[in-house]
Amino acid sequence: MSHQVVPVKVYAAIFGALLALTATTVAVSKLELGEYNFIVAMTIAVIKGTLVVMFFMDVRRASSMTKLFIGAGFFWLAILLVFLLSDYLSRGWLLNIHWL
Amino acid sequence: MNATLPFAQTETPINYLNADYGWKSWLFATDHKRIALLYLFSITAFFFVGGAFAVAMRINLLTPEGIFSHDTYNKLFTMHGIIMVFFFLVPSIPATLGNFLVPMMIGARDLAFPRINLLSWYIYIVGGIFTLTAVFQGGVDTGWTFYAPFSSSYSNTHVILAALGIFVSGFSSILTGLNFIVTIHKMRAPGMTWNRLPLFIWGHYATSLIQVLGTPVIAITMVLLGLERVLHAGIFDPTLGGDPILFQHLFWFYSHPAVYIMILPGMAVISEIVACFSRKAIFGYGFVAYSSIAIAVFSFIVWGHHLFVSGQSMYASMVFSFFSFLVAIPSAIKVFNWTATMYKGSISYETPMLYAFGFMGLFTIGGLTGLFLATMAIDVHVTDTYFVIAHFHYVMVGGMVMAYMGGIHFWFPKISGRLYPEGWAKFAALLVFAGFNLTFFPQFILGYQGMPRRYAHYPPEFQVLNVMSTAGASILALGYLIPMIYLAWAWRYGPKSPQNPWNAKGLEWEQSPTPPPTFNFEHQPVVTEPAYNYSGEEQEVKLG
Repeated sequence: MSHQVVPVKVYAAIFGALLALTATTVAVSKLELGEYNFIVAMTIAVIKGTLVVMFFMDVRRASSMTKLFIGAGFFWLAILLVFLLSDYLSRGWLLNIHWL
Repeated sequence: MNATLPFAQTETPINYLNADYGWKSWLFATDHKRIALLYLFSITAFFFVGGAFAVAMRINLLTPEGIFSHDTYNKLFTMHGIIMVFFFLVPSIPATLGNFLVPMMIGARDLAFPRINLLSWYIYIVGGIFTLTAVFQGGVDTGWTFYAPFSSSYSNTHVILAALGIFVSGFSSILTGLNFIVTIHKMRAPGMTWNRLPLFIWGHYATSLIQVLGTPVIAITMVLLGLERVLHAGIFDPTLGGDPILFQHLFWFYSHPAVYIMILPGMAVISEIVACFSRKAIFGYGFVAYSSIAIAVFSFIVWGHHLFVSGQSMYASMVFSFFSFLVAIPSAIKVFNWTATMYKGSISYETPMLYAFGFMGLFTIGGLTGLFLATMAIDVHVTDTYFVIAHFHYVMVGGMVMAYMGGIHFWFPKISGRLYPEGWAKFAALLVFAGFNLTFFPQFILGYQGMPRRYAHYPPEFQVLNVMSTAGASILALGYLIPMIYLAWAWRYGPKSPQNPWNAKGLEWEQSPTPPPTFNFEHQPVVTEPAYNYSGEEQEVKLG
C-alpha cells in the first residue's frame, strides 16, 4: 500500500482550525446561553475530534478495515454513554406504577 | 508403542528451547513461544500468591469466630481478588497458550509485532510489581472492585499502588489483544480462510476485541479514582459533588466483559480438546465460531446487573436484566454443540478430556446460576452473599481454570517436547473436580441461606457448610500442586514426545516439529482442508 505524503500546509491549516475552535469554545463559555452552552461546547469538541481523526490520523484515506475498527471504537463508546444515560435519565420513571 | 525403532536418535534437532540458553535469549526474546513461557511462569507465580490468600481465608472461615481481624480479612479477600483477576485470569490462556499457539495455528512464523509482544510481558511484570508492593506495604482493603467513595476517600490502605498496578497491566492486555487481531487478519497461511480457522482462533479473536475495546475504560476509571483520592476532584464521592454509581457503571463496563476475556479463551481450548478426543469435527462449526463474537458483543450490554441494588433506575435494571438473559444463548450454543460433537464420537478419556468434561459440567452450573442472578427479584435476595461467590467461582475456576489445566496438558508435549505421566495427571484432574465441588457447592447453600460475603466472622449455624468448603479447598490445593510437580519433572525427565502424540488435527500438530523450531515451520504451510477434519473427508464448512 502506497502512502501519499500530506502537504505541511494541510497540517498547518488543521492546526489553525483546532486553535480557532479552542478559542471559540473559550469565548462561548463566557456567554450565558443556558443549556446551549453545553451543546455548543460538545459540538465544537466533536468537530475537533473529527478533524484530528480524519487528518492527523489520516483516516480519510485509510482502508475500509481500519475505518471499520474506528467505527467499532466509537460504537462501543456510544454503548457506554447510551446505557449509562438509560440509568440516569430514567430514574423515577417506574416509581408511580403500583402494580410493578 | 513400537518397540523396534529403526534408528536411535542421537542428536536433538534445533528447536525454540535449545536454540539458545543465555538469560538474554529469554529476557530479550521476541519469539512468541518463549514469551508465552515467560508469561506461563509469571502467571503461575501469581496464581500461587493469589491462592495463598484464598487458603488463609478458608482457614479463617473454619470457625465462626475466625482467627484474623476484620481488617486483615478485608485485605486477604481484596488481594486474592486483585491478583487472581488481573494477574492470573485475564492473561492466563491468551498470554500463554494463545501466545504460543495463535501464530502456529494459522501458519505464521510469529505474531505481527514480536517486540510489542515482549513489551506486553514487561508491562505486565511492572504492573505486578506495583501491586505486589501494595501487598508487602500492608495490602489493600477495598475489595477487588475498588468501590468509591470508600476507595477514593476513606480507605487508609495502599489503594493508589494497587490501582496503578491494574492501570499499567491493562496496557499489557491491550497490546496482546491488538497483536492477536492484526496477526489473525494479516498473517494467515495460504488456504487458511476464516471458515477454516480453528475455533481456538475465533475464541481468541473475540477475546482480543474485548481486551482492546474494554480495557481502556478500566484504565481511565482507575485514573479518575486516583484523581479523586489525591486531588479530591469530586467525581465519585457525593460529599465532593460526585456520584458513586458512576464508578460502578464505569468499573463494570470493563469488568463484566472481563469475565468473558477470562472464559472465551477457555471455551476456545475446550473446542480443540473435545474435537480431538471425540475424533470428530465440531458440530455446527459456524455457530460455535459466531457465538464467540456474539458473546463478545453481548458482554458489553449486561454490566448493569451488578447494580440492581445500588440505586440504578428500575428501567435500566430491566434492560440490563433482559440482555443478561440473552448472553446465555451463545453460551448455551457452545455447550450443546460440544455435547453434539461427542455424540457418536470415538471418545477417549485422556487427561485433557477429563478437564473438558469438568469444564462443561461446572461451567453449565456457573452459567445457569448466572441466570438466577440476572433475575432481579432473586438477585435482591442473594446480592453480596456466598451464592454470588459460588456462581462466579463455578465460571472462573470450574470453567476457566479447568480449561487452562486441560489446555496445558493438551499442548504440554508440543511446548516441552516431553510426555507427562498420564496416571498422575488423571488422578490430579479428578482431585481438582472433587475438591472444587466440595469447596464451592456448599457456598451456594450458604448464600441462599443468607451468609454475606466479605465477612470475617459468621453465625455458628453456618459452620458445617464452611468446614466442608475449607476441606474441599485443601483437596483442590493438592489437585493444583500435584501437576506442578509432575509437569516440572516431565519437562526434564519425561519420555520424549512424538510430533503428534494425540493424532490431533491442526497445523501446530501436523506440520510443525515437536518442540517447534524458532520460526515454527520448516516450510510455509498450505491449508487444503477444513478445521477438525478427523473424518478425512474433504467437506468444506460454510459459515452462516
